[in-house]
Amino acid sequence: MAVLYEQARFRLSGDRALLVEYGDGIDPVINEKVRAMTALLKKDLPKGVEAVVPAYRSLSIIYDPLATTPARLAEILHALEADSRAAEIAKAKVIPIPVCYGGEFGPDIGVVMEHTGLREDEIVAVHAFVDYPIYMIGFTPGFCYLGGLDRRLQTPRRKTPRTNLPAGSVGIAESQTGMYPIDSPGGWQIIGRTPLRLFAPARENPFLYEAGDRIRFVPIAEAEFGRLYEKEWS
Amino acid sequence: MELFAVRNPGPMTTVQDLGRLAFLDRGVPLSGALDPFACRVANLLVGNPEEAAVLEITVMGPTLEVLAPADIALTGADMGMTINREPVRAWRTVRANPGEVIRIPRAAYGCRAYLAVTGGIDVPRMMGSRSTFVRAKIGGVQGRGLIKGDTLHRGAGSLLSRPRELPDEWIPQYAREIALRAVPGPQDDAFREGIDAFFGASYEVTQQADRMGCRLRGPAVRRDGELPESIVTEPTMPGNVQVPADGQPIILLVEQTSGGYAKIATVITADLPKVAQVVPGNSVRFERVTLEDAHHLYREQQKHVQQIREYLKRVNGL
Repeated sequence: MAVLYEQARFRLSGDRALLVEYGDGIDPVINEKVRAMTALLKKDLPKGVEAVVPAYRSLSIIYDPLATTPARLAEILHALEADSRAAEIAKAKVIPIPVCYGGEFGPDIGVVMEHTGLREDEIVAVHAFVDYPIYMIGFTPGFCYLGGLDRRLQTPRRKTPRTNLPAGSVGIAESQTGMYPIDSPGGWQIIGRTPLRLFAPARENPFLYEAGDRIRFVPIAEAEFGRLYEKEWS
Repeated sequence: MELFAVRNPGPMTTVQDLGRLAFLDRGVPLSGALDPFACRVANLLVGNPEEAAVLEITVMGPTLEVLAPADIALTGADMGMTINREPVRAWRTVRANPGEVIRIPRAAYGCRAYLAVTGGIDVPRMMGSRSTFVRAKIGGVQGRGLIKGDTLHRGAGSLLSRPRELPDEWIPQYAREIALRAVPGPQDDAFREGIDAFFGASYEVTQQADRMGCRLRGPAVRRDGELPESIVTEPTMPGNVQVPADGQPIILLVEQTSGGYAKIATVITADLPKVAQVVPGNSVRFERVTLEDAHHLYREQQKHVQQIREYLKRVNGL
């Protein structure tokens, strides 16, 4: 069981980043605390803070050493933490992600069927319409580490990773599920694909979500995939 | 304005500026010049703001045909630049004229050179920066390194009335044995037994060194016995010295956003330019400093850049 710390713990990540830990493991309650502290920090960015990067159980504060110190930031964070109990933190946003499961878009769904003993329609029913919290974004632009995959769907990674997965691929690996926002190599079992552009660098907002939001996969048919794909990518 | 026709791109030449902070929380790494000091000085020499876009040249340089007049300055690794086969010194400006050919053969010392031009390399800003991040195909020239046949443009900017140069005593020397000052942490508590040995040891730079990280080889760093090999994935910073299961340290750099291994120490910001200039076979030692020392050295480096800016204004005018 992961433990939520009574008071934040601090670690120095060099001379311009401070890591702030709120618990000792991967846990929805700890991550919710990270989300709340990130929201409070961003509402009124303390002097000298250049970026706030939330993660599973911690957040990283990048600061300008000419403008502040970790000691000052720690003080501010402790004060914010006291306030956070009273503060109104907006409810997490739910981001619907249309997914065409199986077929050419989900080449590994057969492997998942074999491993879990579930039929294809059962896999879709268990995977879709769940609000998966985004615990953190990292590894590649827009890549979400999601929590909350149903145990019945857990399937090991592929023995040999694929060298090039198309952007939008949706997969499962052990206790995790997620999406590949850009074409990349990957070892996850791919069960479907979204036609949405998860990372569009030239779009005013290049991303559809941020850490703390929730991802809800919504099954769509192939025709709908084609229509949305055309709209998003042309 | 069209500035260069790329005749030969060199193995890894990209457009970089000082990077992008705005999307770190979405998995977009800082990117930017690996040696920010050399990048900033190159820009100051030609009269640009420090954050203008430059070419980052790795080990071997490009051959460029000049299409429009510009002042140019090469800093960082000394790559033996010539213009129409005439040697041109690094860390000073030279006027490039249409029809001339710039060759940047190969680094004698150091690993990365920076070529600044009047007005900066003009590519579209993407997500707050012109820096190329190849893995996500963003920034720079179509999100990739230069290729033969590319045409590079420059921004507007006035030419210098006379050449400018950096005084010799301010030009960094790139040694084959380097000491990197580092602050313990973020997970120094996982190496209580191994940390003294780490700070005393000498490591060799391996071939696996790129903009994501620089892998070292040497005495394996010992993690305290009872701890698991990995930690809960967390954001990383350039300079973090990550220790994977085999104990061979990796200095994480500007194209890394997160990691799941403990970091024993972090190279101070003022010494990151040195990491950008190591080549395979160089030897690296880590020297323990306090956070206060690191911040002092950071301030000193910022002051030094300010001093260079004022010197160039005073001595050479614009």
